[in-house]
Amino acid sequence: MANRVALIDYGAGNLHSVHNALNAVGADVKVTADPEIVRKADRIVLPGVGSFKACAHGLEGVPGMVDALTERAEMGGAPFLGICVGMQLLASRGLEHGATPGLGWIPGEVRLIIPSDPAIKVPHMGWNDVAIMPHARGHPVVEEGEAYFLHSYHFAAEDPHHIAAMTDHGEGLVASVVRGNILGVQFHPEKSQAYGLETLARFLEWNP
Amino acid sequence: MTVRIRVIPCLDVADGRVVKGVNFVDLKDAGDPVEQARAYDEAGADELCFLDISATHEGRGTLLDIVRRTAEVCFMPVTVGGGVASVEDARALLLAGADKVAVNSAAVKWPEVVAEIAEKFGSQCIVASVDARRVVPTTGEKAPKWEIFTHGGRRPTGIDAVEHAVRMAELGAGELLVTSMDGDGTKAGYDLELTRTIADAVSIPVIASGGVGTLAHLVDGVREGHASAVLAASIFHFGEHSISDAHKALRDAGLPARGL
Repeated sequence: MANRVALIDYGAGNLHSVHNALNAVGADVKVTADPEIVRKADRIVLPGVGSFKACAHGLEGVPGMVDALTERAEMGGAPFLGICVGMQLLASRGLEHGATPGLGWIPGEVRLIIPSDPAIKVPHMGWNDVAIMPHARGHPVVEEGEAYFLHSYHFAAEDPHHIAAMTDHGEGLVASVVRGNILGVQFHPEKSQAYGLETLARFLEWNP
Repeated sequence: MTVRIRVIPCLDVADGRVVKGVNFVDLKDAGDPVEQARAYDEAGADELCFLDISATHEGRGTLLDIVRRTAEVCFMPVTVGGGVASVEDARALLLAGADKVAVNSAAVKWPEVVAEIAEKFGSQCIVASVDARRVVPTTGEKAPKWEIFTHGGRRPTGIDAVEHAVRMAELGAGELLVTSMDGDGTKAGYDLELTRTIADAVSIPVIASGGVGTLAHLVDGVREGHASAVLAASIFHFGEHSISDAHKALRDAGLPARGL
């Protein structure tokens, strides 16, 4: 089976890191801003760092891209992986630098982490647990482990069934969301050494 | 568990070569920063820091190539510092594959550069360096005082270190790299009072730096210094201790660290 991965280029900062990591696990990657390539891809990866607003505007700024993503992943069933802000963009809206609509594929809101304990630092930065939710045990891609997180905003998912994994930073924060073929990880698999590379390798094998 | 205390080895790079680098493994080219970064990636370092101390412009030019080659083979976060003075400098390093850039002297002369970089690329990618020395308090004052020094700790600025640190956080830095220039190279341990005073004054993470000689110093940096991450150079480079030893020392002290 052909396994062409479209890595979406919309000005997000971690594009090259994600590209390097996908290469390291043997993916056939096309870095692209071309909606036609997205329509023909077998799998789609949406990276993202920086602010929700900047990323949402960046993605919308690529002509035809949101339509192509919706057609190929949300409606067409191609395995999709959103990373960090690329995951947050799946939400209905983000509140960073003012409310901005997201793709709305997984209902929820992206909000600032506000710790009740002042000793808890924001950004949530560093290695932390990826703790699988009971209903998501045995998921073919997301497994229990330690991964590198770096974010100040978190995905508050409306439906707990869309949460695949949690992490703990003073309070529970969503580490991964999943709905059918749509997967998002708040952590950075491209920066999570063996655990991260193995997660990407499993994504390449995933047939949801 | 909660977020782990990060153990960060730091490599000084000058003109494309590592200065006083790793010799805990057999490397084909012990001066090659990429090979050394790879050794630390394999050893399970939580992050890596490259500090460029090149004296010349040409020397600095090699840094981008090092970062690019490192990013191709290392799958951990990499912070790059030394000579970052503008949004353009930051952009070049981030595009080459750095995850974060550390700004020091430039942010002392022109603090707004921190806000500009944060606005363009996000707070998560900007580390503000706080290079401080203890100064004798004015008569009558009991509280200790620290001053920001630039040029490798040689040039005083008259700027209060704690005030500067708070300013950096307000301007949008994602974390602070707090280095005691008094402690640097002494192996006598971090300046715990300095680290703690700053860590308690800001809501962003603080990396303790300068003076590590033992694993106990790392533990102290967190327990007494309230740091979220501990940076060290020579204790790792010369094979005295491994990254796993550091993780274990933190865990034995009841602190969250990787490797369980």
